[in-house]
Amino acid sequence: MIQPLTIAKEIDARGSFCPGPLMELIRTVRSAAVGDVIAVLSSDPGSIKDIPAWVAKANHELVALEDVGGEVKRFIVRKTH
Amino acid sequence: MAEKFAMIIESGTTDKLMAASILTAGAAAMGKDVTVFLTFGGLMAFKKGYEQAPMVMPNEFKGMEGMMAQTMQAKHIPHWMKNFQDAKEVGNVRILACSATLDMFDLKKDDLEPIVEDVVGVAYFIKEAEGAQTLFI
Repeated sequence: MIQPLTIAKEIDARGSFCPGPLMELIRTVRSAAVGDVIAVLSSDPGSIKDIPAWVAKANHELVALEDVGGEVKRFIVRKTH
Repeated sequence: MAEKFAMIIESGTTDKLMAASILTAGAAAMGKDVTVFLTFGGLMAFKKGYEQAPMVMPNEFKGMEGMMAQTMQAKHIPHWMKNFQDAKEVGNVRILACSATLDMFDLKKDDLEPIVEDVVGVAYFIKEAEGAQTLFI
């Protein structure tokens, strides 16, 4: 069964300089509940490698990576533990 | 045991402090235990009142201070100290001052920003950095 995806928290880190978007994501994941889905918008070209690398290292789940237009990407992450 | 990352910051120029601060934030984000050892120019940059300190660029970038300041403001690039503060917030980061440098410049721990956790000698840093990815900046 496909669960509808509810975004618990959306972070707009567009314009934030490397590694700002990742740091904001980490803070938000820390304060979130297990199972929460968090979205982060980033215009930092480093995020495309940085955020998936952190998610893998921290053993969370990258649910989706969306192109929002221009340089902006939207990373959707589930806190798994 | 977490993996370790260690850095000796010797330079007090803004370009290198920015690089060092971003590396510290990245290492902390990636779950490393980070030890930063401040010596000479790197330690002087952590004196209280750093917010008022002028931007300092090395010879190869001399004359770029004004442009850098404008770019940083326009692109909302945070002060390097903010990256160290963020690093401490998300991870395990210890910032240590070199006792010999403090002695040389007649400084006390109280003259430094509170983010500097302790004053240590080089042997202590070497012990802490054992098995760490280590950089000298």
